[in-house]
This record gives sequence, structure tokens and C-alpha cells, in this order.
Amino acid sequence: MSRIGVVTFPGSLDDRDALRAIRRAGAQPVSIWHGDRDLGGVDALVLPGGFSYGDYLRCGAIASHSPVMTEVIAAAKRGLPILGICNGFQILVESHLLPGGLIRNDGGSFVCRDQKLRVENTKTSWTNAFSPGDEITIPLKNGEGGYIADAETLAQLEGEGRVVFRYLDVNPNGSMNDIAGITNELGNVVGLMPHPEHATEEGFGPDTKLAMRNGTDGLRFFSSVLNTLAVA
Amino acid sequence: MTDSVANAAATPEIVQPFESLGLKPDEYERIKQILGRRPTSGELAMYSVMWSEHCSYKSSKVHLRQFGEKVTPKMREHLLAGIGENAGVIDIGEGWAVTFKVESHNHPSFIEPFQGAATGVGGIVRDIISMGARPVAVMDQLRFGAINHPDTARVVHGVVSGISFYGNCLGLPNIGGETWFDSCYQDNPLVNALAVGVLRHEDLHLANARGVGNKVVLFGARTGGDGIGGASILASDSFSEGGPTKRPAVQVGDPFAEKVLIECCLELFKASLVEGIQDLGAAGISCATSELAAAGDGGMQIELDQVLLRDPTLLPEEILMSESQERMMAIVKPENLEAFLKVTSKWDVESSVLGEVTDTGRLVINWHGEQIVNVNPATVALDGPVYNRPMARPAWLDSLQCNAANDLQRTNNPRELRAQFLTILASPNIASKAWITDQYDRYVGGDTALAFPEDAGMLRVDEGSGLGVSIATDANGRYSQLDPYQGAQLALAEAYRNVAVTGATPVAVSDCLNFGSPEDPEVMWQFSQAVTGLADGCRDLEIPVTGGNVSFYNQTGGASIHPTPVVAVLGTISDVANRIPGGWQDDGNNIYLLGETTTEFGGSEWAHVIHNHLGGLPPKVDLVRESKLAALLSAAARQSLISSAHDLSEGGLAIALAESVLRFGVGARVWLREVMDRDGVDLASALFSESTGRVIVSVQREDDVKFRGLCEARGYKVLRIGVTDSQSDALEIQDLFTIPLDLLTETHASSLPTHFA
Repeated sequence: MSRIGVVTFPGSLDDRDALRAIRRAGAQPVSIWHGDRDLGGVDALVLPGGFSYGDYLRCGAIASHSPVMTEVIAAAKRGLPILGICNGFQILVESHLLPGGLIRNDGGSFVCRDQKLRVENTKTSWTNAFSPGDEITIPLKNGEGGYIADAETLAQLEGEGRVVFRYLDVNPNGSMNDIAGITNELGNVVGLMPHPEHATEEGFGPDTKLAMRNGTDGLRFFSSVLNTLAVA
Repeated sequence: MTDSVANAAATPEIVQPFESLGLKPDEYERIKQILGRRPTSGELAMYSVMWSEHCSYKSSKVHLRQFGEKVTPKMREHLLAGIGENAGVIDIGEGWAVTFKVESHNHPSFIEPFQGAATGVGGIVRDIISMGARPVAVMDQLRFGAINHPDTARVVHGVVSGISFYGNCLGLPNIGGETWFDSCYQDNPLVNALAVGVLRHEDLHLANARGVGNKVVLFGARTGGDGIGGASILASDSFSEGGPTKRPAVQVGDPFAEKVLIECCLELFKASLVEGIQDLGAAGISCATSELAAAGDGGMQIELDQVLLRDPTLLPEEILMSESQERMMAIVKPENLEAFLKVTSKWDVESSVLGEVTDTGRLVINWHGEQIVNVNPATVALDGPVYNRPMARPAWLDSLQCNAANDLQRTNNPRELRAQFLTILASPNIASKAWITDQYDRYVGGDTALAFPEDAGMLRVDEGSGLGVSIATDANGRYSQLDPYQGAQLALAEAYRNVAVTGATPVAVSDCLNFGSPEDPEVMWQFSQAVTGLADGCRDLEIPVTGGNVSFYNQTGGASIHPTPVVAVLGTISDVANRIPGGWQDDGNNIYLLGETTTEFGGSEWAHVIHNHLGGLPPKVDLVRESKLAALLSAAARQSLISSAHDLSEGGLAIALAESVLRFGVGARVWLREVMDRDGVDLASALFSESTGRVIVSVQREDDVKFRGLCEARGYKVLRIGVTDSQSDALEIQDLFTIPLDLLTETHASSLPTHFA
């Protein structure tokens, strides 16, 4: 069985949820402490949401210097599938594994909503179970989710098809080009602000047309990485 | 110079600023009598803060006793810990227990809304940890001044962002709550926060210090000068010339420190490294040491200079009274100390050993080798003054009750009724609160089965079995102003009904009683009435009050708030998969109205919004009928006979229908003729009356016969009043008016953003 790790930093909040989603997707969840210096041989890794170090300094900035990150950065460069969700995305950006930055939502407040996204790139380790143009709904909840990058970086991301998810209907935080998530050149590292792990169980996800809180669009992130690992 | 015990004994003539610390002359005399000398300044600090209204419940105690006295053995059945502990603990089966509590942070939230509200959340969450429970959700009960008053936006923005900032950062889903606007709260906003926690039976940790020789450990954030109310008076008075000046009296919160502290405590519990534990809230170290000692073996020896300080210039009196946040005190066996400290250092939580448990019956506190406190801890923590304050039925009440809202002019004109409907839907108390709740994380933890805008929040406790709890809170200050006894029962009835409509079975009650000054006999009468109403109501419903909080002095100048007894009801559900949504999702379901309608407009939203009127009597409550209704809903949920259920409350049937449409955007056709004929009421009453014991449910056609049979067998009045229509995109009240979905949505959604966004 594939083993997928979840790193807990001080102030991580959605780490248990990520572990549970991995279990539900049929993989073995592995809990990793931020002070560890190795990844315990996991096949893939999730950096979960939360407020690591209270978002002090900048979101994700202090966590990006945690002992475990040295190995995370090395593993990313080796091609290990890594998914950064919300604060995990912020940590990936602060670690320079993904370009750009995330700033305070343009509305000024924390936003929690069921967010519609379009899947733009289905070639990454975390999105190959989707079809291009798929529209999905997963929860979004952040205070600092506005994606920014300089013009050159934006052009490069767009040109290389590295924008993986785009906000639909509503851009909840003022992200440039409605960007909700991006990937690196290799396609193994994906970061996004919305939370796929919160749409993996009927009864506890976003509302759907059919039933209350029944959305499970997030499960396909995890089936994607299992596809990737099966092929590898 | 330090005011030591020896010094106090040698200098009886020194004049102490007890009145500035809030003590009455006779209370000060009593302290001298207890000690056989004048108190040291440290002891004075402790007594003053522990004998304050907030900590000692000195004005409310004689009334609150009823909650214990009116408990039947059946009500006790599921109680693992009750009133007196930090928060009551209820057995919910399968080896699980839950604990929940509501607490006020009203005064700090007016002075400094952001930090006041933030630390309110922090404090209630630490209360839950002190029971050995993992906090799993929060809710908040907010009351602000008039929505269009210039100062209201300041308070709303501060409070909401404070809760958002602190609560979201803790990783606790915010699953519901209340927001009210009324000019009576203009200079007295109410910020109540509820937290709920879950634990296995064997993990229950009671706050006491047992085991002579066990270590007393303070851990968490360092102690600073924040939240010191009275101590600054001591510091600036005769005892320490040239000492620090007045410090901010509102505490400052650090949710990251709290989150780490929660995880650290849970790891300590799991490893069984803690014998007793208490959070540091109001009155800080004074409260924690005296309460732990008084509840345990009776003695404790503390070296106060071991406290880690943020500000080294703090005086011992200030350290004793500091309300710095994110601190806990634990009792630890000496042989476990090393393992304890290993866990705290893993989480980068600072800790210091302050002393140990003794059997001397004395709480002794030393400061750099000098004894500054030597008291019997029970005299500080338990045996404070108790007042039976004078009460008087308000002189104005008769004329208020005679000014009946049922005499207000009502219309039968469809166009006017439509306009009234939309006006009420847009009114601040009815309008969508999404602008607030969208700033809170309702997903984190992955166990949220119901959250805003459902009638109650629901959480899964056991992933295997689906066992869960449902919680709702309610209070209607206008009802309580008209009749506080009835008002408290109405709050109880509504919270109870809100839990029942989710399919859960109500099992326990907690409260947060917000009132004016207890020194005003009229307020004291209102308080006593409300407590009696709540205690009687709980006895009738056979569910116990497991804990509570009292907040007095909610008044500015001569005007006190409407009595606002916030009642929280917790229910259990054996599998959250059977929960019932609060709105319509399917086409062609029959809509039924359970219960009877009479003309009851006293304190209603209709009277308030349409006529700017408050008078008459609030709606009647029949708690026996409420418990019948709850049993009926629970049976219907178990048999999966209903696809939605929504409680009727403020705004009556009209608003319940609108909310049921708005939940998932499915319209309906509704007729009122049969309700009017059967109950003998006019159109306005059918639409807007606030009679209790009523719920609308939607039922699939194939379950119709069974559902009617169930109602008949249980003797509960039921009428089919409409049918859902997913194609219509409108709410049609036949022969009266039709309101398109877009207009409903816009009317309901725009009020709060218009004022605050």
C-alpha cells in the first residue's frame, strides 16, 4: 500500500483531516513531525492547512525553515509528489518550490465558502484523475489567499500550463488571473488555497445539487497521486 | 518593600485600598476576621478578585441553587460531572462523554472588541481542556446595538474579526450561534462564547490538587501585566511608591500559543502525566492556586518568584492577579515531572515548577524568601460572601404588559402583507448572517455534520459508529423584558426545538445569564425569575443544567439591557448520517406544519419591525408539548420519514418558509386557508405570529401515510400546507403573493453587507 505523509507543524490545523482523507482514498497515512529530519520513506507528501507558527512574520515563512523542510525540498527536486494545501501552499511558496506569493484577501477578511474551481492542468501528480476543464467544488477557507506574481512569472505559468486550478464564479481573494493553484516544472509539486481534504466524505463536504454536504470532489486529488505512484 | 505576613501582623494600622479593589467595608472586616490580622497586599489582591461578582457568584448563588435542587434522579443519570466543575460532563454512550459551556466576555468586548472577543474564545476553550477533553467546536452568541447606530460597526467589526482571528487559528470549527441587534445593547454588547469538547470516560480530569508532595506546574505563555484590573490600584497606592503605573485591563490573546497549549495538554493527558489541571482565566494564579487547593487536599506551597515573567518589574500582587492568556496549572507526580517537561518542551511550551501540594490546610505563597500569603484556600475560593439581594417586581412591568401587541393594527391586504414579509425578512435580526459566519472556518476537523445556517450545529464524535452531538443556543431579550420567567423558558424551548429538528435527542443544558446590575432590585427580580423559569423548565423537560455563567452589570448609566438568558441545549444522535437538513432540496415534497397557531405578537419581530412596538405578553410555552414534538421528530428521523425540518421562531411561519426556500434554492407553493380555519386566526397571525411548539417539515409523497400516522398516534396537530416546487424559483403563498427566489435571496442577504462590508 502506498504511504503518504502529512507534516504537522506547530499550528497546523488540517493535518488530521489530510491523514483521514489519505486513509479514505485507500493509502496508508503517515504522520510526520516538523522537527523530524527524514520523511520516513513515504511515497508522497502533504503539507496541510493551518496557521503554522501563528502566521507570524509571513504565512508559512517560519515553517519553511523547520528541520523537516531541508528533506522536503530535496525530495521535491527528486520528483516526490508533494501537495501543499492552504498554509501548505504558502510554505511551498516560502520555500521557493513554487513561484509567486500569497497576500491578504482583497476583501480584508477571512473567507470560508464552498468554492467552484476549474481544473486547468490534468498532467500533474495530483490531478491526473481529472479531465481537462472539469468543474469541481471544494471548501475554501483562508485569510491570506490572494495569489500574486510578477508579470514575467505569470506569463511563464500561463505559457507552460502550470496554472492547475482557477476560481470560477467568484474570485474570493483577489488572486491574479483567478489562480487558485499552481505546479512546478516537473508537475510533482502542487499548491492550492482551497481544501480538497474537506471534500472526501459524503455528509461532511460542500453542498451539492443532490444532497446536503455530500461533495467529494477532493477525493480525486488522492486517487490521482495513487495513479502516479502505481505507474512509477 | 514587600508586604509580608509578618509585616501585616506588625502593622495593623496601615490603611488598605480595599474599596478601590471593589471590596465593601464589611467584606474587608470579614477578611481581617478570617486571618486574625489585616491581609497582606497579596492576600488583599487575592480576596478582592476571588470575592468579586465575576468569580464568586455572590449575588447569584442563592438563586442558582435551584438548578441543583430541582434535579431528579433521571436528570442525573448521564452526568459525569455537574455544576461546580469548570464545565459539566455528560455521558453520551459508547464510552464517550462531552462537555460544553458558554461564557460571557461582554465588558472587555465593548472596551476593546477585537481582543475582548478573541480572549473570550480562548478562555472558554481552556475551560474545556481543563476537563481532559479535546475541544471540537465553538459557537458564539452576539448582541449588538442598533444596526444603523454609528458605533455599532466598530463593535461588530472588532468582535467578528476577533472571533475569526482566534477561533480559526485554533482549528475549531465554528458551527453556529446567534447575532442580534437591539438598541438596548448599544453600550453593552454581549459577547458570549460556547465551546464543546469530547473525551473518553477514563480521561476525565477534575480540577483539584491531590497527593501531598505532588508538584504544582505553571505552563504556557509567560505572565505579563495584561488583564490586571485591581492590582494596578494596589501598585499605585501606598505599597509600592514608584511602581509601574496603570496597565491595560483587557487581556491580549495569542491563538497560536493556545493551539500549541491545547495539543501539549492533550499529549500530557494521553500519557497520564497530569493528576489535576486548571486553566488560568479570571484572577489568574490567585484563582488557580486557591481553587485547586480548596478542591484537593487543602494545602499548597508556592514560590511565586518561580513564575516566568514577560515583564520582570511586575510586583507580586500583579503576578497573583495577572490575567495573561494561554496559561495552565497542572498537578504532577514527582516521578512524572521529567516526562511532563519533555512533552512541554517538544511543543516549545515554557513551564516552571512553582511548588507542591501539602496537607497543611494553608495556601502559602512566598516571594523571594518572604511569606506574602498564608490563607485557608477555601476562604478565598469557596466561602466568599453570599448575598440575598433585595428584589422588586419592576414598577413599569404592568403598563408594559398591558400595552398588548395583539391590539396593533393588522392587515388582510395581500400587497401590504407582502411588503411586511419582505421588510421582516430584511430586518437585522432575521437577515442572513452569512457576512459574519463566512469569516469563520466551519470545516476544520472534518466532523461537521451541520453548521450555519441550520437550526443547530452538529458534530460527529465517533467516526466508526457515527455517534454525534447537536447544539443550539437561543435567547430573546424582548420576550424576557416582557416576562423574564417565560422568557427563559422560551429560550429553553427554542434551543430544545432547534436540537430536535436536526433529529437529535436533547440531553443537557448550559446557560449564560446576561443581566443588568444586581444592586438594582428590579434587575435582581428579573434574574431570579429567569433562573426559576429555567430551572422549572429543565425539570419539566427532564434534562439537567450542567453548568453556566452569570454576567451582571450590563448597563450603562441607568439603562440596563433586556434580561438576556442565553440557553444552550445539547442533544445526541446515534448516527449523524440520519440528521435532518433545515431546508428543501427535493421537488414535490409535501410541506406540513406541526403545532397550532394563535395570535401571539408580544415581543415579536413583526411588532418590533412593523410597529416599533414592545409590549404585552410573550408567546405561551408548553414544555410538555415541546418534549412530545421532539420525540415525534426523533422518531420520524429514525424512520427516515422527513427530508427536512425547520423550527418556527422569530418572524413566524413566513420567515420559516422563506428560510426553507433559501437554504438550497428550492421554491414552494403554500396555502394558509386550512391553518386559519382550524386555528381561528387571521392572515397576519398565520404568517407572523410566534406561537411555540411549531415546526415545518417536508415529506416525500411515498412516506405521507406513515408520517401522518405517526403524528396521529402521538396526538400532535399536523396540517399539510404546501408542496415544494424546484421549477418555480419562487415562494408562492396562494391567493396572496408570489416572491421570486432572486428577490428573496437579495432581501435576506444584503442587510448586513450594506452596513458592514
